[in-house]
Order: sequence, then structure tokens, then C-alpha cells
Amino acid sequence: MSVSVTRSTDGRPDGPGPAAGPPVDIEPPTPQTRGKLVLRRFLRNRLAVAGLATILLLYAMAFLSPLFAPWDYIEQDYTAFLQPPSLSHWFGTTQIGGDVFAQTMRGLQKSLTIGLLVALISMVVAATVGATAGYFGGWVDRCLMWVVDLLLVLPSLLVIAILSPAFRGDSWLLFVVLLAAFAWMITARIVRGMTLTLREREFVKAARFMGVPSWKIIARHIVPNMASILIIDTTISVGLAILAETGLSFFGFGVQAPDVSLGTLIADGTRSALTFPWLFLFAGGLLVLAVLAVNFVGDGLRDALDPNSLGRGSSPDEAEEPAGVRVPAA
Amino acid sequence: MTGFLARRFLNYVVLCLVATFMAFSLASLTFDPLDKLQGRNPAPPAEVIEAKRAELRLDDPIPARFVAWAGDAVQGDFGRTVTNQSITDQLWRRVGVSLRLFLLGTTLGITVGVILGVAGAIRQYKASDYFVTLSSFVILSAPVFLIGTLLKVGALQLNQGAETPLLYFTGEFTPGFQGSWSAALLDRLQHLVLPTLAIALGQIALYSRYQRSAMLDVLGSDFLRTAQAKGLTRRKALFKHGLRTALIPMATLFAFGFGLLITGGVFTERIFAWYGMGDWFIYGVEQQDTNIVATVTLFVAVLVLVSGWLSDVLYAALDPRVRI
Repeated sequence: MSVSVTRSTDGRPDGPGPAAGPPVDIEPPTPQTRGKLVLRRFLRNRLAVAGLATILLLYAMAFLSPLFAPWDYIEQDYTAFLQPPSLSHWFGTTQIGGDVFAQTMRGLQKSLTIGLLVALISMVVAATVGATAGYFGGWVDRCLMWVVDLLLVLPSLLVIAILSPAFRGDSWLLFVVLLAAFAWMITARIVRGMTLTLREREFVKAARFMGVPSWKIIARHIVPNMASILIIDTTISVGLAILAETGLSFFGFGVQAPDVSLGTLIADGTRSALTFPWLFLFAGGLLVLAVLAVNFVGDGLRDALDPNSLGRGSSPDEAEEPAGVRVPAA
Repeated sequence: MTGFLARRFLNYVVLCLVATFMAFSLASLTFDPLDKLQGRNPAPPAEVIEAKRAELRLDDPIPARFVAWAGDAVQGDFGRTVTNQSITDQLWRRVGVSLRLFLLGTTLGITVGVILGVAGAIRQYKASDYFVTLSSFVILSAPVFLIGTLLKVGALQLNQGAETPLLYFTGEFTPGFQGSWSAALLDRLQHLVLPTLAIALGQIALYSRYQRSAMLDVLGSDFLRTAQAKGLTRRKALFKHGLRTALIPMATLFAFGFGLLITGGVFTERIFAWYGMGDWFIYGVEQQDTNIVATVTLFVAVLVLVSGWLSDVLYAALDPRVRI
């Protein structure tokens, strides 16, 4: 789960291709486009392909199953309380006769959507902050990195928990924003480190001497050259965001009833986990499956996009920051 | 080197202070401690609520409240809860409970993780390596609350199988336990196993992943070949030269692993009903209690920064290039 910053920047930034976005230099003749190469390398990794298939399957299941499932997630079956899995209730029922299958699918929808949104938002924030800090340097850099340090001191679980009474009853989108607000710091540090080296490269200097404004250089030349790192990191953040969301919802600080997420389902289920295991086993199993699949895809993407990396979990040595140490936020 | 560490330390102290201030302000802004009182049925008279308001100094500006709290905290008085109990009375017992969990978790996590990582690297692509790799992937994808619950279920099965309670999963000791010194120790041990396991599993998975790849890097290096060429046995070369080099990146990882440990601790304490700092934090948020939240935040910030500082020191101890 690590991306060695120094190694991966070497030689790649001026590599052309759709993912990298052509900088102002001349394209060397390549027999194959980079996209095709990356795709082939990715497809060779069986675990990553299986992970991708699993994620697509989970998404399809979460969003399509309500169309044909016999029960809705808020419906109650007054003839079946706490029944184990059966033909009419595929995952069993809860204390008040709710259908566990419908609830789990609804929770899966929420958790997957939140994970994806949080990862995307935090990637944008991380790229902006990191590139700005690295490009301008000086006091801008020092201020931004100090904020990053400060936010890293406080585990995000604690901060969001403190804020939770304020947004109770508000929409879950606010919860997404909060999760994203505390998930970008480590990526920002990686981006900053890469920007420091990119800044000194000829094509950036050329753009600067031609009078291109700074924000345009960052948007056109710096960020596109880190596309692969950002893609890899976003993928890994999806898994972390899902874990953070479920963790907070587990304590009741996240998604609020009557809506459900995998976290709230597991929290409800664990209370009677010892006697009625179906209440949390399905939600728990799907959660682990989803995060595991996302992690495999992230690993596969890294191997495919970044040939210099040493493969899965390459060592954090030499990197300015142990980039791979994306410890779950919650 | 000493100067560098001293500067880092000073920076950390400032970060601690700012982090606590941030938590204190956020909590003061979002919490409404009078809510519980006002929501009572029958509603308490207005004077009672006003008295509570004055007692909690809710009309003062937040920075003034923080200065008052921090001033007392420096002298060892962390204020009172909303229900007017002393925080300091509970504090040290809870710190002890949490630290025990954290220390055992890290020690076990690092030791077992490093051993598994090294073993995996030396026996790369053997069945044991695949097993450890796969299990650590699964564990890293599973939240602590799920692992904890599964451990509980497993312990229940075990107890039923053995027909006597072998492992307990509520509290840190049996309340009102009477017995000899050794029996009491055994009782505590029986309560200790599951929470420690819950928190250590994630750490083991994390460290073993990184130790494995760090060791693989080292295994292919020239200096190891040289060490063997000059006559060291492979075992000696691996452990005297290889392991030490491979441990260097672990020092940085240590600081980050600690964050994971703390959030893991919150879940573990809640699930196994250990009254530690993590449990207190959740209680504080539920009771809308600013002082409890600020105290726990300070504790967490100090822990995170001490571990960061420790990892700097460890790095220097392991890597001679850092020492100037």
C-alpha cells in the first residue's frame, strides 16, 4: 500500500499518455499508448481483476436488488420476528420484523456511495493543498504543512465524533463532507513531495518563463503529472473511507436512523451477535469483502501504473513519507 | 541531533496545545450540555437551569473558558463533568486501563508482526507466506468492531466447548472477585486476552506487511551478499545486517501505527466494556461534556506526539546516517 515518492517520480513525469496528460515536451515515439500498456498490466493481475469484478458486482447488487427483492428496507413483517434466513427473508429478520437482506442492500448502497464520494472529494483537496504548498514553497508551504500536522495529531474519528451532535438530523451529504475534510492530509503530503521535484523540471520552468500564471501551471502541468499517484491513492481511500464511515456509524455518530449503513447494521447486530448471528454477519461479511476488493484493485492499479514500484506493499523506506501507511481513519 | 530532537519536541508541545484548544472549542460550539436537563420530565425550574448555566460558565467566551480549564489542567485539575463529578479522580485509572491496552497491543503487534514479516520474506511464495499475506489483507480490511465481535462469538463457542468460562469478554476483572493473589491475576488475564487480541491483530497485520517488503528489499542487496562472502553464515548475515536495515522504515511506521491503535482502542474498550479513555470519550460526546472530551483529546494528542517523537529517536538509533 505504499508508493515510494522518489522512485516513482523518476523518469515518469514526462512520459506521455492519456492519464498523464501531455506536458509541453515532445512525445517520444512509443509503439503502444500508455493506456493500453497500463490496461494490459492491470489485466495480468488476477487478484486485481477479481477485486474490480467484485466491486462492480456489489454496486450492481446494492442498487439493483431493491427492484426485485420481496421486501423494502423500512417495511416490517409482523409475522416474522428474529427469524433466521429463509426463502421469504433471505438474510433473516430483525427484532421488529425488518428484512435483513433489504436493509443490508440499503446499507451497502450508502456505504459504497459515501466511500466513493469521500475519496473523490479528499483527492481534490489533497491535490490542491499539496500542489499549492509544494509549488509556492516558503511560508505558504509552512502554513499548509502545519495545518496538515495539526490535523494528523487528532484522529479524525475523535474530531468527527465531537462535531456529530451539530449535524445530527442533517443530510448524510454533510457527513460525507466532514469525512472528506479529515481524510486528505497524508495524500497532500505525498503530492507536496512530488511537486517539489516536478517544480524544478524543464517543462514547468519553461511554462513559468513564458508567463503562464501559477494556478494554471499547477492545474495543467503539475497535477496531471501525478495522475497515477492520485488514482492509486483515491482507490485506497475508498476502502479507508468506508471503514471510517462504518466506524462512526457504529457509534451512532454517522448515518442516522431511519436510514441505514453497514456500520449501523453491524452496531445493531452486535448487540445480539451471540444469539442471532445473521443480524450482523451478512453486513460484516459484505463490508470486509468490499474493502478487500477495493484494496486489491488499488494494489493492481499501482503495479500497473507505476512500474517502478516494488509491487504490493513496497517498502516505505526512502519515501519522504511512508505513503502507504494509510491507517484507517476510524 | 539533540538540537533537532529538542526542536521537534517544542513543535510537538505547541501542536498538543493547539489540538486540545481546537477540540475544546469545537466541543463547546457543538455541545449543548443543558439539553439533557431541559429535556427532563417534569421540566426543572428555570433557576436550576440558570444555575447550571452559570456553573458551566456557558455565557463566557470560549477562549476564556479554555484558558481557565487549561490553567487548572496544568496544575493537575482537569475540571468537573456536567454531572459535577471530578474528572481527575477517574482520569488516572482510565489512563492506566488504556495504556495497558495500548502497550500490550503495540508490543505484541510489533514483535509478532516483525517475526511474521521476516519469516514471510525469507520463505517467500511458500504456503505459509501466502497464508500470512492473505490473512493480513483480510484483517486490514475488517474494522476493529467486527474483529472484536467475532472474537466474542469465538470465545463463547470456546467456553461452551470447554464447559467452563475460559475467556471473559466484559470488563477488565470480575466485579467483587474474592480470592488469592494468583487467582486474581488469572482472572485479570482471562479478561485481558480478547481485547488485547482484538487490538493487536490489526497491528500485526500492518507491521508484517511492511516488514515483509522491507526485508525483501534487503534480501536482494549487495551488502548482504558481501557479508556472506566475508564468511558470515546466512543466518548471522540476515539477522545482524539484514534485519537491522529492514527495521529502519518500521521506525517511521511506528508513529503511524499508533493512530490506528488509538482508534482501535476506542472500539475495543467499548465492545469489551473496559472503562478506559476511549470509552470515556464516547461517553463524553454522548453526555455533551466538553471537559471530558478535552481531557481525552489532550491524552490522545500527547500519545500521538510521544510516539512520533519516539519514532524519530528510534530512527536515529537504527540508522547511523541520521546521527550527526
